[in-house]
Amino acid sequence: MEFFDVFLLEAVINGLLLGGVLALLALGLNLIFGVIDVVWICYAELVMIGMYAVYYFHNVFGWPLWLAMLVAILAVAVLGAALHQFVIRPVLAAEPINQLLVTGGVLFFLQAAATLAFGVEFRNIGVSLPAMQAGGMYLSLARLIAFLVALGGMVGVYLFLTRTFVGTAIRAISQDRAIMPLMGVNANRIFVITSALGGGLAGLAACLLVLQYDIHPAIGLTFGPITFMICVLGGLGNMLGGFIAAFIFAQFISVGGYILHIEWGYVFAFLFFIAMMFWRPQGLLGGK
Amino acid sequence: MLSLASVSAGYGGFQALFDVSLEVKAGESVAVIGPNGAGKTTLLRVISKLIDARAGEVSMEGRRMNEVPSHEIIGHGIAHVPENRRLFAKLSVEDNLRMGAFMPAARAKYAERLEFVYALFPRMRERRHQVAGTLSGGEQQMCAIGRALMSGPKLLLLDEPSAGLAPVVVQSIFELVRRICREGYTVLIVEQNVRQVLKVVHRAYLLETGRIKLAGSSAQMLESDLIKKAYLGL
Repeated sequence: MEFFDVFLLEAVINGLLLGGVLALLALGLNLIFGVIDVVWICYAELVMIGMYAVYYFHNVFGWPLWLAMLVAILAVAVLGAALHQFVIRPVLAAEPINQLLVTGGVLFFLQAAATLAFGVEFRNIGVSLPAMQAGGMYLSLARLIAFLVALGGMVGVYLFLTRTFVGTAIRAISQDRAIMPLMGVNANRIFVITSALGGGLAGLAACLLVLQYDIHPAIGLTFGPITFMICVLGGLGNMLGGFIAAFIFAQFISVGGYILHIEWGYVFAFLFFIAMMFWRPQGLLGGK
Repeated sequence: MLSLASVSAGYGGFQALFDVSLEVKAGESVAVIGPNGAGKTTLLRVISKLIDARAGEVSMEGRRMNEVPSHEIIGHGIAHVPENRRLFAKLSVEDNLRMGAFMPAARAKYAERLEFVYALFPRMRERRHQVAGTLSGGEQQMCAIGRALMSGPKLLLLDEPSAGLAPVVVQSIFELVRRICREGYTVLIVEQNVRQVLKVVHRAYLLETGRIKLAGSSAQMLESDLIKKAYLGL
């Protein structure tokens, strides 16, 4: 009986570690939606680009891993800012469905471009971190690092949003964009900074995921839908809600996967999501 | 300090201001009075560039402002307390005040000015962690004025500070405006509450259907038959 408990505990801990990374993914998407009121359907494709960036900088150009990761984060941040300036900005006043379709177009564009540029074969950065053994449980060091860095990244974003002038403006602009000029705020500049921050978070997530997953042009589909569902479950645009929802989803995936089979974990998670949408369509912490 | 020369402005096919000229000198408090829909709010919006003037010139301290983008107006010393206060309802009082000090030149003086605003409105210090949307109407007006003062303005534009407030509170708001003027700020205030505002300001303009109909010192305005009949009910 004790044997059973240890593996269940291992599943719970793995779920916790997975939750951290999912929460980081959800934070970026929620930040963009909460501030700019646009859903970046292509968010996970930015993560995919970030993963390729780490691979090329590290494995092809031969840069040290930390430098490759740092530059990859910056590159995806620039990509996020460019996405806003050239794709979102022209459709800011358009119908939400048009905004959705435009970012959906970017999703397929990035996937196709990645296929053309990088090919369809799976790549791996070839860094394998050992598993740690503790109390009869095996825990992946890569996951533990991912969890800790994701938490650190989220704390950093929280401090930025609450302690700085620009962060305060990011929180203010979603409430009343029209009067921002009276505060001396150039609204577009705040949107570009927010988009760069959202892109940077996607880049950070890419650095963590590249330690655990192979890279291929469709890897975004592995994280995209679940990230989006976490945001909706938490209440779209609500960063705290997304944080909580990420850990709920991760437990369903990890513990559900442990009890039956790994694929069943996702089935449970999505069934739970559908049930929640009937019960609380606005999300756990969503308004209205 | 501020001067408007033959300014016209409007929205789409609707013209709200016709050939408006006015002047505010340093240290003065000036009111623009008039009925609802006269173009008073539009006048302030033209000054802070929330809408463009279609003709005429707006200048601040001798510098033409027509081409200055709206988010740089505050950097020229003009702070605008908008109609209905427009606080960031979900942010704390202190975060609202912080937004008033957003521009780089004001950030360096943030702590000092925050202390000044709290000294001026001790109630704001008590409520600094409270979410602005939960303040009373009068407190919200204090917060909105405090937010504008955080930029260290030379000229304060006040848009109907007494609107939507209970009669008892209206009294205290005008007392507040009087204190702001006494602090040495130059004030351009737009009001429908003619009797009250004329007790506070040095001079006033009467704006009706987008045109300046009358101008003079507060005493002159109070003596005018036009004002007496239409606005004071005498």
